[in-house]
Amino acid sequence: MKIAVCLKRVPDTTAKIVIGGDGKSIDESGVKFVPNPYDEYAVEEAISLQEKAAAGETVVYSLGGASSQETIRTALAMGIDRGVLLEGAGSADGMVVARALASELEGQGFDLILFGKLAVDDYNHQVGAMTAELMGLPCITTVSHLEIENGGVVAEREIEGGVEVVTCRLPAVLTCEKGLNEPRLPKLKGIMAAKKKPLEVKPVELAPGNMEVVGLELPPARSEGKIVGEGPDAVPELVNLLRHEAKVL
Amino acid sequence: MARILAVMEQRDGTLRKVSHEIVTAARLLADTLGTTVDALVIGAGPVAGIDALGGFGADRVLTVEHEGLGLYQPDGYATAAAAAADGCAAVMCAATATGKDLAPRIAAKLGAAYAAEITGCTVDGEHLVATRPVYAGKALQRVRMTGTAVLSVRPNTVPPAQSAKAGAVEAFVMPTFTPRVTVTEVKAPAVAVLDVAEAAIVVSGGRGLKEPEHFSLIEDLAAALGDAAVGASRAVVDAGWRDHSAQVGQTGKTVSPNLYVAVGISGAIQHLAGMRTAKTIVAINKDADAPIFKVADYGIVGDLFEVVPRLTDEVKKAKAEG
Ligand SMILES: Cc1cc2nc3c(=O)[nH]c(=O)nc-3n(C[C@H](O)[C@H](O)[C@H](O)COP(=O)(O)OP(=O)(O)OC[C@H]3O[C@@H](n4cnc5c(N)ncnc54)[C@H](O)[C@@H]3O)c2cc1C
Ligand SMILES: Nc1ncnc2c1ncn2[C@@H]1O[C@H](COP(=O)(O)O)[C@@H](O)[C@H]1O
Repeated sequence: MKIAVCLKRVPDTTAKIVIGGDGKSIDESGVKFVPNPYDEYAVEEAISLQEKAAAGETVVYSLGGASSQETIRTALAMGIDRGVLLEGAGSADGMVVARALASELEGQGFDLILFGKLAVDDYNHQVGAMTAELMGLPCITTVSHLEIENGGVVAEREIEGGVEVVTCRLPAVLTCEKGLNEPRLPKLKGIMAAKKKPLEVKPVELAPGNMEVVGLELPPARSEGKIVGEGPDAVPELVNLLRHEAKVL
Repeated sequence: MARILAVMEQRDGTLRKVSHEIVTAARLLADTLGTTVDALVIGAGPVAGIDALGGFGADRVLTVEHEGLGLYQPDGYATAAAAAADGCAAVMCAATATGKDLAPRIAAKLGAAYAAEITGCTVDGEHLVATRPVYAGKALQRVRMTGTAVLSVRPNTVPPAQSAKAGAVEAFVMPTFTPRVTVTEVKAPAVAVLDVAEAAIVVSGGRGLKEPEHFSLIEDLAAALGDAAVGASRAVVDAGWRDHSAQVGQTGKTVSPNLYVAVGISGAIQHLAGMRTAKTIVAINKDADAPIFKVADYGIVGDLFEVVPRLTDEVKKAKAEG
């Protein structure tokens, strides 16, 4: 099987968010960047499918600035065979990113193209399904359990109050949810090997889209709450406040 | 001004309640724009509950009945919605498991931009400007959209409100489509559980409960409050006490209920990411310095094993008084 993984470089989820001078993006100084956590499930799935088959090829694609090379190397250190950096400014418009990825992936003969369910920076939750749609491929999103046999995919995805079982044929696009697997940590040997793995850099010009970020703000601080009291004796007052002040009971 | 299309959700042939919120949200936007709302209902046959949609502000209800579209089928749903969206100013879906799968597909078919999980939307001349939490809720982004805007609205952001419109039902003839994936089955748990992402009240438990069995305290409180879902911190989900579907937070679900009660939960930043937009937050924790108290509207410092049973009793009493 030939498997592609789309990987985005994002701020570490524990990073403190400071709004940048333009009022539209974050101040990146001092922020640690990591592979998008959901994309790590995609990387792990690709590697373990390849290991199981003892055949095939795995390729990671990332669209972003030169610093995304480091993110690609992390995936190579985990075990992906080679990387492609589509070098250029990203976009908050998922359609713009999907168009660039789709045109790169088109005609490469991938059996499986894996995405994360969402990137934890923009929380767009869209690029995988859009790329599939643009390529005319079957797509199952937020997959938390996966079986692939004889060219057939059986996937499970969580929905409100249940689990959907969804099937399709390869080639297909899947987006990965927590629970799919436990991503491995890169080992020293992998990190050394990754340095020698091919990483192709291709400049991209993104076509304009239909969405523009006009502002980024910190959420309004929640007004300082109050400690109603200590221990069970505070309960009647709490219930009173919930009924008459918050009016939620 | 171009119409607004509100995409409805049904399960087992019955309209889901979240659809009322989407029609209400579409109505609010339509009133700002001075335009009309079409509610699109897709199913294998007649869907129960569509008579109510006029009451929430739908000018028209477009129905698609197709034998292959009883269960969710993304290709068919996206084809129908994209066709019905022709010339619309906005297409609004619920940011549910289904809506979040469907919306990007509609956008791709339309070549439109899609703003996910919006919590607000305003009009700026020709453009819609949507507000949405990003960076795990640590920032709010505003995006200006050109052309048809595809939007998904976070559940519980717009309380359903009556705004009577005609709601005339019309059959919509959808183009043919090729199903590329098949939903073969929906596995439901033995007892129907209310989803934390959709419930108006969520009571969550954390590691402070000490043992999985003690979650009965949380369940009892939820039952007393009525219509409440039981949530959990990641610590107890990872420990196998609760299912991942109940996890609230960055790697779990984002919830915006009217009331969120956090019991024995420290309030780590990743947990707060999932619940800080709740309207009212109550925290019960024995550690007065727990970060959860920083976001809580009301806190009780104390042993949950004493406080929670008392709270359950007092809530029952209050409810009985009416
Ligand atoms: C990438 C990443 C993603 C994450 N995603 C999530 C997520 O989605 N959701 C999430 O919840 N976490 C998430 N976490 C984990 C998070 O950082 C915390 O570890 C977790 O939320 C802690 O769970 P807890 O509050 O139940 O446990 P603890 O932090 O151990 O807190 C237990 C609390 O119970 C209190 N307590 C103990 N005994 C009693 C008693 N008798 N009465 C009253 N109070 C008592 C204690 O004072 C303490 O505050 C994530 C972490 C990472 C790194
Ligand atoms: N710039 C990018 N480069 C490579 N893959 C991306 C990029 N942006 C998004 N993706 C992929 O699309 C998924 C969903 O991202 P999003 O729709 O932006 O939340 C991510 O988990 C990645 O797999």
